[in-house]
Amino acid sequence: MNPVGTNLEEIMDRYPGEPEYLIFLLQDIQSSYGYISPESMQRVCDRTGVPLTRAYSVATFYQSFRLDPKGEHEIKVCLGTACHLKGGQRLVDELERRLHVEAGGTTEDMRFTLNTVNCLGACAISPVMVVDDEYHPSMSVKKMDRELKRLRHEGEKEVGNV
Amino acid sequence: MSDSTAAKLQTPWRLTSPGDLETLRNDIIESQDPNRPTIVVCHGNGCLAGGGAKVAEAFRQGLSDAGINAKLMPGVKTTGCQGLCSRGPLVTIQPHGFCYQRVQPGDAAEIIEKSVMATEPVERLMHRDTKTGEVFHTEEEIPFYRLQERRVIQKIGKIDPTDITDAIATGAYSSLAKVLSTMTPQEVVLEMEKSGLRGRGGAGFPTGRKWRSALQAIEKKGRPVYVVVNGDEGDPGAFMDGAIMEGDPHAVLEGLIIGAYALGAEKGYLYVRAEYPMAIKHLEMAMAQARSYGLMGENILNSGFSFDARINRGAGAFVCGESTALFTSIEGKAGNPRPKYVRSVEEGLWGRPTVLNNVETWANIPLIMGMGGEEYAKIGVPHSTGTKVFCLVGKVENVGLVEVPMGTPMTRIVEDIGGGVGGGKPFKAVQTGGPSGGCIPYSLKDTPVDFDSLTKVGSMMGSGAMIVMDETDCVVDVGRYFLKFLEEESCGKCIPCRLGLSRMREILDNFSQGKGSAADIEDLTSLSNALKDGALCALGSSAPNPVLTTIRYFKDEYLAHVEDHKCPAGVCKSLITFAIDPEKCNGCMSCARNCPAECITGKKKEPHAIDASQCLRCGICLETCKFDAIFVS
Ligand SMILES: Cc1cc2nc3c(=O)[nH]c(=O)nc-3n(C[C@H](O)[C@H](O)[C@H](O)COP(=O)(O)O)c2cc1C
Ligand code: FES
Repeated sequence: MNPVGTNLEEIMDRYPGEPEYLIFLLQDIQSSYGYISPESMQRVCDRTGVPLTRAYSVATFYQSFRLDPKGEHEIKVCLGTACHLKGGQRLVDELERRLHVEAGGTTEDMRFTLNTVNCLGACAISPVMVVDDEYHPSMSVKKMDRELKRLRHEGEKEVGNV
Repeated sequence: MSDSTAAKLQTPWRLTSPGDLETLRNDIIESQDPNRPTIVVCHGNGCLAGGGAKVAEAFRQGLSDAGINAKLMPGVKTTGCQGLCSRGPLVTIQPHGFCYQRVQPGDAAEIIEKSVMATEPVERLMHRDTKTGEVFHTEEEIPFYRLQERRVIQKIGKIDPTDITDAIATGAYSSLAKVLSTMTPQEVVLEMEKSGLRGRGGAGFPTGRKWRSALQAIEKKGRPVYVVVNGDEGDPGAFMDGAIMEGDPHAVLEGLIIGAYALGAEKGYLYVRAEYPMAIKHLEMAMAQARSYGLMGENILNSGFSFDARINRGAGAFVCGESTALFTSIEGKAGNPRPKYVRSVEEGLWGRPTVLNNVETWANIPLIMGMGGEEYAKIGVPHSTGTKVFCLVGKVENVGLVEVPMGTPMTRIVEDIGGGVGGGKPFKAVQTGGPSGGCIPYSLKDTPVDFDSLTKVGSMMGSGAMIVMDETDCVVDVGRYFLKFLEEESCGKCIPCRLGLSRMREILDNFSQGKGSAADIEDLTSLSNALKDGALCALGSSAPNPVLTTIRYFKDEYLAHVEDHKCPAGVCKSLITFAIDPEKCNGCMSCARNCPAECITGKKKEPHAIDASQCLRCGICLETCKFDAIFVS
């Protein structure tokens, strides 16, 4: 079943079909589907009259757009200045090693996507890690391991320990 | 409250005169019982991340469990950032003003019983001075608040940002009403010039002068003209603009509408960083509410002036904070900056005259119109008037939002308000201005924090981040951090920025590995000059600042890396080794179990050892050891 097409048109109708709404549309698609598929990109271009090459140049210019599907869980580590000073990079290094992906990537089994961000405005509780929009304050590698274990375990339970 | 007042407050009514606003305000105030207890729970980013929402829920539940008499039913109110983020979740109980810190859901029942039903403090949850042990009950007593001068963020943490009536009760939109009913657009600009306000987004350009040149551009080119809010706040480690938009969105809107009136703009844009979903939500709610009260949209307060605005969400590009890049982004394109042969006040958004100001700049405007430009200019110091909101973060006791008059000495902010780095030690340096700013060493701790003084010591005001560093922070690492950040964020259009930044970062990479030579420091300086002269926009031309200031004030530390192959702060991975102190190690094995490289060996209850050749220097052992037995050298 392809979710694209079910309410893509509803998103299209939110804005006038003009080039200035390109970014608005891409953002809404991204937040509904987690990424921008080739089909939805084509649809956005038809709607706004922006050439496909231009739309891709926009989508690749801005960091928040993804062109490939996101994993089941998104782990974001803050690398803003405060989090950097308190060891944010170490969390990223360790996550990269444990998940076998580079920041920005998704694990082969599509379970995890690892991303970095620059300051979430929660510098007081740095370093900050966010898992599927839930904030984890004052992260340490140990706490990170515990969270990772929990997420993996949760997945196993859901698929009935196959 | 009379029934008719209650009914009037139920549904928004379209205000048609400044008198209407005044009446509404009085009605709201009359409807509020000043003695009714209110539990004010901070919902700023820091407190929410620490569990603020669960705390608010616990209070709501606690109140209904306590079955309190409906007439005196205390309210739970959620607000924007109350400021002292490092001690969150924060809760204040009104009307007595008791301040509670690090509140957990389990504390709600006790606070309700003692401080809501009675007026007793719960001292274990109150601010305790780390040095003297003194307990402070209210904001007025806590030095962190007492030593500030909160004007722009005065209402943040007090009002419910999702309820316009709460803002109106504290005076929101009264400056707008005054401007529309008693001032001409020319007079507004004149007042701005008198105030001496300089833009809070980084460059510190006088706002009045910017508006004046916009008026001149309009004379030549005619209208439309646009007003734009820069809410991109890209500086990684700054959240004051986010806190303002989240905590008092009406202040930004009111400022924007006043600006629009002064320039004759009918349309405005708010460009807000994508990472601030709550700011976007609160601004959207604020606009909808302002429209329904007739404070925005067609014929505002029946003055004949109409104005509306829309929000553009950023999409994750630091360079889009730069004015020309921001305009291209609003136009729906990739946010590449363009050379500024033509100023944006003449040719900005859609090629039209445009005034772009920072969030905090806009939020200052209602204050200026309220008190008058001359009065405003008395705050702060002559060439930097007013107050500035800072984000105090890093190795400092009190992390949070701080507002002080311009010209306040650095030590007052970091030591007196911020409580210093802790342990009575001096700070090593304070980084101001983010990636475009610089590091100010402890020896310059008395530097007045204003635009010109900061520039004089090689740094800059920037947007207002203040990152405190202690002796465990390495200046080479910080320089490298900012260069890497800017290298990733550079749009790549101009060569000095694209190649210059990479080369500078490579040199610092080498330094962090103990490679390179003192001659490389010369190279860094000459590359910096090339960037300053040749980069297309200020992202590149200000990029060398963090490196230049650290070379200026901490050259020894750079030399220690290349000549002695040491990182004195113990940060640069290639130059440090982890080892175990056999005196302190009791053989608990916790480090050995957690070591990802499996390079820690030793028998149970006997001192362990680290095989340095296998060590990844990940620092997990340091984190796990409860006996302080692991040291870095
Ligand atoms: C790379 C770069 C990033 C910037 N980011 C921001 C920002 O996030 N917020 C902001 O208000 N100004 C930012 N600025 C400054 C703006 O270009 C502009 O000067 C400012 O918004 C004008 O408003 P002001 O006069 O009220 O300060 C940035 C500038 C550069 C060169
Ligand atoms: S630096 Fe990570 S939240 Fe601000």
